[in-house]
Amino acid sequence: MSRKRTPVVAGWFTGDGTDGEGEADFRLLGTRCSACASVFFPREDVFCRNPGCPGGELTEVPLSRRGRIWSYTDSRYRPPAPYVSDPELEWQPCTLIAVELEAERMVVLGQGAPGVALADLAVGMEVEAVPGVLNEDTETTWTTWHWRLTGTPGSAEAEADAKGAAGVVA
Amino acid sequence: MTADVAVLGAGMHPWGKWGRSFVEYGTAAAREALADAGVDWCDIGSIVGADTVRGGYPGYVAGATFAKALGWQGARVASVYAACASGAQAISTARAQILSGLADVVLVVGADAAPKGFFRPAGGDRPDDPDWLRFRVLGATNPAYFGLYARRRMAVHGDTLEDFAQVKVKNAAAGALNPLARYRKRVTAEEVAASAVVADPLRLLDICATSDGGAALVLSSVDFARRHGAPDPVRIRAVSTVTPRFPNTVLDLPDIATDSAASVAPPAEPFRASIARAAYEEAGIGPEDLSLAEVYDLSTALELQWYEDLGLCGEGEAAKLLGEGATAPGGRIPVNPSGGLASFGEAVPAQAIAQVCEVTWQLRGVAGERQVAGARVGMTANQGLFGHGSSVIAVR
Repeated sequence: MSRKRTPVVAGWFTGDGTDGEGEADFRLLGTRCSACASVFFPREDVFCRNPGCPGGELTEVPLSRRGRIWSYTDSRYRPPAPYVSDPELEWQPCTLIAVELEAERMVVLGQGAPGVALADLAVGMEVEAVPGVLNEDTETTWTTWHWRLTGTPGSAEAEADAKGAAGVVA
Repeated sequence: MTADVAVLGAGMHPWGKWGRSFVEYGTAAAREALADAGVDWCDIGSIVGADTVRGGYPGYVAGATFAKALGWQGARVASVYAACASGAQAISTARAQILSGLADVVLVVGADAAPKGFFRPAGGDRPDDPDWLRFRVLGATNPAYFGLYARRRMAVHGDTLEDFAQVKVKNAAAGALNPLARYRKRVTAEEVAASAVVADPLRLLDICATSDGGAALVLSSVDFARRHGAPDPVRIRAVSTVTPRFPNTVLDLPDIATDSAASVAPPAEPFRASIARAAYEEAGIGPEDLSLAEVYDLSTALELQWYEDLGLCGEGEAAKLLGEGATAPGGRIPVNPSGGLASFGEAVPAQAIAQVCEVTWQLRGVAGERQVAGARVGMTANQGLFGHGSSVIAVR
């Protein structure tokens, strides 16, 4: 029986393959206030949190796909529940990357994509949001977002490079 | 400026991993503080407890729990919770009661019994709780956030791992002189560097442990103190319990993202600096007036951050201030003469109260081997999850 792909949190991203989309469609989803244009992630769906705003409609908005590393770290020890990991397997450290989105002027935390090593990272590098798998159980593949360096194999830029169409932004 | 309140008594149960109930630690600390004040428990008009989330229901109603343990005597009771800032909220509540005339003399108590390993969220499946979400979605423990802040300082200010290690060396040396500290052994920079990485770039000895402990204060009006035979008590002059301002652009625990500054310009000063400024304004003093500071060194790198947020030096200059010895014993502005969280580990609701206990002893001149000479003004600072500022200024 194949597992059902389900976002770990509903409504935080789209294009995770749940509906058969490709990776290029992946976007984090926030909301924007119609009155003051403030953007929220995680999404606010009821009230705008800008204290100077009279209050507007909050509508869904995709966040920038790319940003620059604000900071990064890793988890050398197994995090406690509700993080899910197989206690039978040796814990593999996982990178955590905080990414500054220029247009939204906000920082969003996420796990680094599998294969992103700490030594590959530096503050200021460009990364992009890509779909990822958080964990699987008997019936469900829980999907999430990951940050991946642009210009790495599999990224949109690397594919463009391969076609000789564009260089990596310095 | 508001009126002062007097610190009549201070007491602590030693920090450690004692394996007993938080009620025992808090009650022991309360008895110490009452004895130090020379006030009978039955003469206390109000008790304020700083809550712990780890003791079940008795932890959520800590004020009543400690009142019952000391023996019901009919005092007014309150219990407050603000994560790491709970102790400052308890002090603030007591102070407000004294300044408004609701109570003459108030007992403030906080205590915790911490589990081994990482702090973790409350149980259950709670996708509306940001604290649950950061663990479920990211596995982001508290040290992970400390690691992010530390790496950011290295990138922006050029701080080094050696700078961070020197904070531990300084605080461990102070803690070795403090009989109430959990860790009473000096530590070398080599030992810090040889300890295991927990959340890059921070190592085990860069990060504070979680501890059992209890702390208590007896606070009163200055008039009551005079009538009680304490003409020149340590006085609390300011308690800052401010929230952040929108948009908060520093990634705070337990958040997954910052506010967006796309439509509203960020405030001129970040949250932690605003906590200190509110305290300075209320006390009518500035950083140049401080004799010592007790700051929340959840990590070595965070202690450096506090130097800048308290205005002890300019932005990016904390490592230089440390390197000059200004924040060490005998320096211009000793920081964490108690040994700090590096030597105590964190007993969450007790910690902000313990900071004020240390400041009290320093201002009384009874801090023994770790005494800051001629201490007249002390400041504490910390920050609780979910937007809680915490800073106390005391004078003598």
